[in-house]
Amino acid sequence: MSTTPASQATAGAASAAPVGSSGGGSGLHLDGVYRVFPGGVVAVEDVNLHIANGEYVVFLGPSGCGKTTTLRMIGGHDEPSQGTISLDGEILNGVTPAKRPVTTVFQHFALFPHRNVLQNVAFGLKMRGIGKVEREKQARDAIDLVGLGQMANRKPRELSSGQQQRVALSRVLVTRPKAILLDEPFGDLDRLLQLRMRVELRALQRDLGITFIHVTHNQEEALSMADRIVVMDDGRLQQVGTPTDLARHPKNVFVAKFMGDNNTIRGPVVESRDGVVTVQGKLLRGAVRGDLPVGQETAMTIRASAVQVSTSPEAAAVNAGRARLNFAEYLGDSVKLHLDVQGEPFLAKVDEARYAEIRAFEGQDVTVSWNLEDGQLLEL
Amino acid sequence: MVSRRTKWLLGIFFGLFTLFLYGPMLAMAVLSLQGPFGSQTFPARGLVSGHWYSELFADSLQGVRDATGVSIRLSLIVAAITALLSMSLGMAFRRRFRGSGILFYGILLSLMTPGILISLGLSLLSYYVGLDTGIYTTALGVQVVWALPFGFLVMTAVFNRYDARAEEAARDLGASSIVTFREVTLPIVWTGVFGAGLFGFTLAWNEFERTFLVAGPTQTLPLEIFRITSASVLRPYVYSLGVLTTLFSFVLIAVFMLVSRASQRRAESAAVKADEAAALPDAAVAAAAAGD
Repeated sequence: MSTTPASQATAGAASAAPVGSSGGGSGLHLDGVYRVFPGGVVAVEDVNLHIANGEYVVFLGPSGCGKTTTLRMIGGHDEPSQGTISLDGEILNGVTPAKRPVTTVFQHFALFPHRNVLQNVAFGLKMRGIGKVEREKQARDAIDLVGLGQMANRKPRELSSGQQQRVALSRVLVTRPKAILLDEPFGDLDRLLQLRMRVELRALQRDLGITFIHVTHNQEEALSMADRIVVMDDGRLQQVGTPTDLARHPKNVFVAKFMGDNNTIRGPVVESRDGVVTVQGKLLRGAVRGDLPVGQETAMTIRASAVQVSTSPEAAAVNAGRARLNFAEYLGDSVKLHLDVQGEPFLAKVDEARYAEIRAFEGQDVTVSWNLEDGQLLEL
Repeated sequence: MVSRRTKWLLGIFFGLFTLFLYGPMLAMAVLSLQGPFGSQTFPARGLVSGHWYSELFADSLQGVRDATGVSIRLSLIVAAITALLSMSLGMAFRRRFRGSGILFYGILLSLMTPGILISLGLSLLSYYVGLDTGIYTTALGVQVVWALPFGFLVMTAVFNRYDARAEEAARDLGASSIVTFREVTLPIVWTGVFGAGLFGFTLAWNEFERTFLVAGPTQTLPLEIFRITSASVLRPYVYSLGVLTTLFSFVLIAVFMLVSRASQRRAESAAVKADEAAALPDAAVAAAAAGD
């Protein structure tokens, strides 16, 4: 058993405490992983991460952020230029995808078009040399598990995209991997089906207790499914945390902007007293808990849902301002107000009842404000 | 809206095109149906008769029948080699490699080279090296080189719209490279390989100028027809032979169309079924979501 990569990775800067217990080499460890493509493009840079067994982890980031490359390295479809990847103490570097105890559900499902559902699902077992009777029995069980028992003899193109995804999933499940990797699993589904599949996939993962590592560019999807979210940008881990962490406490400007529904004030510190610093943005001035010297360039964020909106004409000098309501976006139980502070966009999210109370109409000037406790400093 | 005049112009243009395409064949077909006293030119005499078709089986035309046999065998071999090489080349060119650009044009170069020069050059070369020209050596070689770019382009097109993720999935599920090729790649691209082979067959079947000087003592069918037509008196069995070989080429094209149509129709009917399946209330989804 190799201990060094495991212990290093656990101590790694970006790996937060995993959900559940994991001692020694248990779980998946990425330790100082780099991927530099020929030509010098650094796709993944110094990724340190520990994923506990049974965890549902979502890699989130814009396209080209390195999330898919990271997934491919875990699956063995790409190799790190530097660093190690290990699972339950076993180094995976250099091990072929076939020999790794992880399996991938590929983007667009990658079903075998010339084989029917049963043959698709049984393929992995066939490759393991399991006899026809036994592998078809296991494949049927896996197909039943995803509710496609009636479709066993259909070809992939005879299925809807939601059904195709189920086939892709059961094709992977039947081989009983330690971890399942999913590359943009909902990319081909319409929105309603996506919402349904999120619940279904999450329920399945809980039942099976298998580690799921899921890659997406969709914040909402990540927030709704993950035990932990790994936000990546520019090949680096930006923040690793629970959905609540990321929604409430974005660590830096990128994460705050990328997660959406955050307002960022960026500028120099103009006052620093009693553990509170005041940041002077272009138009708004925000006070926030922290300790920074006057004059230092910094940024702070306020969640849209922490912003209070009123029609009173006066605004305080700090943590408040006047803004024009451009557009009220109705979201069902809440209303997202797209505001404008002299040309700078500003977001507020109020619940439906509160919106009715405010009685603001589009084009009207309103006062926005927030509590000291709702602001927080960001890394640039 | 297309004007009346444009319609007429286009109509005349198309008429001329058809005339040039099918006129010669039609003339040949009419002349092939003459009676025993038929001649090599119009007016046709003694229509309609199968005389010149049965003449093809006369003892005196053993050479034509031998040449046909040679052509079929040679074309089949060219087809097999073209299919195999096109497949391998297609696979190789899925990735860029050192010199792949130059090699690509190198393979296509034989499309631009005048065939008679290749024939002449190769016959000079083999004479110089002291090798005899022959059907299954030099002739086979030039025909494969001629057919290969066509097959290669077919396979390049096939692999351009080929989704390699299925292969990745196979490898991910434990298949070795060879097994992946056998179980996934080949079944998906086989119609393309078949098409490349068919290209090889028809090109070899019709090939004349490249083969002309390098066939050695044996004759292929096009060479035999040329030999007959350059003899002093042309008798109408040449026309019946021409009609039969043309029909044979049509049959080959029909076979290819049937094969590709069949796989396409399978896909289309499947797409309709998929729509129906999608329209069904997805009870299974709910069941799975609630289940276990």
